[in-house]
Amino acid sequence: MQADMERVAGEKMILNFGPQHPATHGTLRLVLELDGETVLKATPHLGYLHTGFEKLGEHLDYNQYIVVTDRMNYLSPLSNNFGYVLAVEKLLGLEVPKRGEYVRVLMAELSRLADHLLWLGMGALDLGAFTAFLYGFREREKLYSIFEKTTGARLTTSYTRVGGVLRDLYDGFEEEVRTFLSEFPKTLKEVHTLLTRNRIWMDRTKEVGVISGEDAISYGLTGPCLRASGIEHDLRKAEPYSCYEDFDFEVPVGMNGDVYDRYLVRMEEMVQSCHLVRQALDNLPEGPVNVPDNKIILPEKEDAYGHIEGLIHHFKIIMDGHGVQPPRGEIYSATESPNGELGFYIVSDGSGTAYRIRIRPPSLLQFQVVPHMIEGGMVSDIVAVLGSLNIIAGELDR
Amino acid sequence: MSEEEKDTTAEDSSPLVFQKAKDKFQDAILDLSEELSELTLVVRKDFAYELLEYLKSDADLSYNFLVDVTAVDYSLMEDVLTKYDYARFMVVYHLYSYKTGHRVRVKTPIHEKELSIRSVTSLWKSAGWLECETYDMFGITFENHPDLRRILMPDDFEGYPLCKDYPLRGRGERETFDFERQNA
Repeated sequence: MQADMERVAGEKMILNFGPQHPATHGTLRLVLELDGETVLKATPHLGYLHTGFEKLGEHLDYNQYIVVTDRMNYLSPLSNNFGYVLAVEKLLGLEVPKRGEYVRVLMAELSRLADHLLWLGMGALDLGAFTAFLYGFREREKLYSIFEKTTGARLTTSYTRVGGVLRDLYDGFEEEVRTFLSEFPKTLKEVHTLLTRNRIWMDRTKEVGVISGEDAISYGLTGPCLRASGIEHDLRKAEPYSCYEDFDFEVPVGMNGDVYDRYLVRMEEMVQSCHLVRQALDNLPEGPVNVPDNKIILPEKEDAYGHIEGLIHHFKIIMDGHGVQPPRGEIYSATESPNGELGFYIVSDGSGTAYRIRIRPPSLLQFQVVPHMIEGGMVSDIVAVLGSLNIIAGELDR
Repeated sequence: MSEEEKDTTAEDSSPLVFQKAKDKFQDAILDLSEELSELTLVVRKDFAYELLEYLKSDADLSYNFLVDVTAVDYSLMEDVLTKYDYARFMVVYHLYSYKTGHRVRVKTPIHEKELSIRSVTSLWKSAGWLECETYDMFGITFENHPDLRRILMPDDFEGYPLCKDYPLRGRGERETFDFERQNA
């Protein structure tokens, strides 16, 4: 264990957990005060990956900022892209064609699967279960190939645009996703057999990192971590955005609010995401994916090169201060990202650049709760708790 | 008769939270607005804590989830400045109610000469780091906060990066850090 140890007066020991410890998944740091193996006090430190995304938002135009959202929760960039453009579209009062909405939901749900698979793999790996990690990553790789074919990138997808998406789905997308959907439940079942009734897994995760529903609300937990504490709340149901009202799915809820329940909730969410993807494929409408307005969406290349009007539109959107310009106003728009409520608060002064962009990250509030969960527990529980919360440093520090 | 009818419908149509807040806090409420189907209350700084406490505890409203705390530096928006007596900052709270499923935004103007406001950590535990971040980025201090510190920027960082007078590039960049002094 790479850690900086130091003896202090009395029986207590100070242990630095991170920021480069492999079990911290990024640059998190906890300063622990230990009595033997019991954690007396934990002080989280953050900011190691602070990049000033909110400041950047005041200097980039609305479409340029999509690139920055990739780098927030880098395990599910498609969800971030989606959440951000929804906020801008609300400011503009834009309505994206039905097919565009379906494509976005499709990609967001696939990205939720990819995120949960990584969380599953890493969480299990941290507790010594290597097989689940390999199974999870095998499936995740298939998803990433699909993302790569659709968006042109594996991680920095930047798939959405204000008013639509980068491009429509490629030929053969449906077939590939359906193949994935037919194989995926088998893997999920295998993971269930590996972990769910596994004696060691249960001992390590049951009644560890418990948080009550009331505390979870007070600490501002959202997403799977909130639902594991018995609060049934999912923004896709509570405030259906985009076209989620068209879909039929269930919201899994836990009871005990421990690591084990967070595991079960996320496992079930993957099943529900598969349902959503299947429904989206079945009902995928025909038609354009982008709003038919070249003042918002770049014109086709032939248009830009062959017609004066297309050229002007292209020029206007690209040139600083001529592109997408929402009216003055402010908006808070939240989406259910794989980790919880991802909100964007945008203040517009009517220009092409946001006056202020605030990102409400689920990870920040999930990291804040860590001391509450681990104080009084054992050092080895920290790994289980951090794994179950799925804190993403890029989103935590922004 | 018709005028009376109009009045009652007008009253009914204004959201419950506006009616209640207006009844209870009267002059302390500086502005009520509904834009893009979002509700915004602007309240005087001295009453911000009481209003938030009321919104949380009132049985009909029960805004029990503090979604976010942040601030906006309005120094480049002349009309907002003049409207609120040249208060440079606004602290912005977003609330959500798990009971009713409604959201509300509470804003409170902060003058530059008096950069502090009462912390809401005693109402919501989530406020701890959210207020730290607001302090870190704007320099607004939160009274009675149990552990107000710079959480994202280094402890010895000078300036507040999200203020409008802080440049995007140049000041406080990595190469200007004095690493040797810190290690010594």
